[in-house]
Amino acid sequence: MERSERDSIHKIRRILGWLVVKILRALSLLFAVSVISFALVSASPVDPVQRYIMGAGPVSQEQQSLIEAYWGVDRPPAERYFNWLSALLHGDLGVSLLYRRPVAEIIAERFGNSLALMLCAWVFSGMAGYALGCVMGMNRDRWPDQCIRRICYLLGSVPAFWLGLILLMVFAVMLGWFPVGFSAPVGILDSEVTLWQRLHHLMLPALTLGLVSLSNIALHTRQRMIDVMNSAYVLFARARGEGSLTLLWRHGLRNTVLPAVTLQFASFAELFGGSVLAENVFSYPGLGSAVSEAGLGSDVPLLLGITLFSTLFVCVGNMIADLLYGIVDPRVREVSR
Amino acid sequence: MEKRCDSPILEISGLSVSFQMYDNTFGRKDLQVISDLHMRVYAGEMLAVVGSSGSGKSLLASAILGILPKNAAVDGVMRYCGQNLTPAPQRRLRGNGIALVPQSVEFLDPLMRVGTQVDGHGKRPVKEGRDRGQSRRKIFQRLGLPRATERCYPFQLSGGMARRVLVSTALIQDAQLIVADEPTPGMGADQAREALRLFRAIADDGKAVILITHDLDLALAFADRIAVFYAGMMVETADASDFQNGQGGINMLRHPYSRALCRALPQNQFEPVAGFQPYAGSLPKGCPFAPRCSYRSQRCEQKTPPVRSLRGGEVRCFCADATL
Repeated sequence: MERSERDSIHKIRRILGWLVVKILRALSLLFAVSVISFALVSASPVDPVQRYIMGAGPVSQEQQSLIEAYWGVDRPPAERYFNWLSALLHGDLGVSLLYRRPVAEIIAERFGNSLALMLCAWVFSGMAGYALGCVMGMNRDRWPDQCIRRICYLLGSVPAFWLGLILLMVFAVMLGWFPVGFSAPVGILDSEVTLWQRLHHLMLPALTLGLVSLSNIALHTRQRMIDVMNSAYVLFARARGEGSLTLLWRHGLRNTVLPAVTLQFASFAELFGGSVLAENVFSYPGLGSAVSEAGLGSDVPLLLGITLFSTLFVCVGNMIADLLYGIVDPRVREVSR
Repeated sequence: MEKRCDSPILEISGLSVSFQMYDNTFGRKDLQVISDLHMRVYAGEMLAVVGSSGSGKSLLASAILGILPKNAAVDGVMRYCGQNLTPAPQRRLRGNGIALVPQSVEFLDPLMRVGTQVDGHGKRPVKEGRDRGQSRRKIFQRLGLPRATERCYPFQLSGGMARRVLVSTALIQDAQLIVADEPTPGMGADQAREALRLFRAIADDGKAVILITHDLDLALAFADRIAVFYAGMMVETADASDFQNGQGGINMLRHPYSRALCRALPQNQFEPVAGFQPYAGSLPKGCPFAPRCSYRSQRCEQKTPPVRSLRGGEVRCFCADATL
């Protein structure tokens, strides 16, 4: 009793220590990303003042300098960076130039939309990709494997926006099954949009995003499954009378699902990158379309805010992947016993 | 599989195994790895199949169980308790009459608890009055495994425990025939003896045990009969006592290769035989041992010697009488 108590205290300590290290690492990464992206934006021809003035109408030279002084744009970049950083540390991401609203608010709203889209795509690509990977791995070099593998190569090499356009043409324009864009029907109050309408608008972009990331997980799972089926323990299981289905059930899934889930969590970066393209094709009001609007519209605060946020998002994904291995894999989990 | 068999538990005659290989220059090529093998194992007996690595002896285990790779072609007749071992009965008997004891912990699923793994997948009918957990616990106790072992993962087992867990997978099946494939490499002398003692006990319990090994010395200490495997061919089958330096000395042995093996043991002359075993694909035309044999004649290089009985054993050699 006492021993198990001591063990669990030890375990909790270990996990806490691990978390602290991970969080420190994530913070240092965020800091580095903030420095680099700030430097890049400063060095780029993006001019927020010009952008602001364009919206306000013609101004004189003096007025422009006044605005620059008011915003602090005339100071050296290092000083500007520290001003921005200190505001950031106080929870102030600044105000978007395009929307004239706090950046944090826009990110929260847009991320809600993106999250629905990415989650659907992520779950779809994970489940379908894993299942297809299992089918391929169990039927190595036979026709199911050959067919699915070719489709995977195709999906893996097709750009997201192109696939999005094709799906749009076929399913939205030609067949008319899905709406052409946006996250809700046009001309309806936000409060009146039904869940089904939201889902209906979500499906095509989610399918695009899911299909693009599907081949990665499917081909990875296929190779894992082949390795497992060629392993010594599967040979022994066959010697003990297990047939293909039992092998898949008892050993195949057990030994392939964890790497697949981990890979899925580690693919948040690709997911986010893909969502930028998919959201633009479908005019879907998510974080991905916001980032391209911010870039094209010289909306520096919004651009930096989204950059930091997406870094955090990818970081969390990788952290979950790491954590999962520690919790689920007995070789890692019970090594202290 | 409660019924006892008076006839051999396993009888193999004329077994050949070959692999179809594809290479770029010659197209399809058949690679013979086991040729014309004859063998019998009886209940209560431990037969050691001894040969150096590359002699094809591990493939014999796969052939008996019918788990050879897909590109393997099998020829010949195998009978289990008089029943022809074709693919269908083989499928039924795997895990239910014939059990394989593999060589290392690598053959256990790294992510499955030992208990679940030993229990198997549930094809086997549960014996009346006992559930599977109970019989597993009983077997663990008999093998001296602590009860907590069933909650372990394979990586948590020590070498000796892993060995006993692997043996327990055969015992829980209640198999009549146990094929142990190289169960001792990587073990110290004491551990290896301990392992073979387990198999000896199983044989004494009325099962038939085939021990596949490259360790002649160890096999001699525990097995009843020794089958010497050379380049995919069973060159001699003899009582273990024939190999001991007794009144007849090693001259009781029938085949020059068996004698050479015996002479190479440290406690004998410790004398190696020149040359090396030919690999499948580059076998000589006649007797595979001929190129290394000091008794070879023209006949040995032309024709493969047939199996014949001699002094209570079996041998494939033209000069077996002459060499006495």
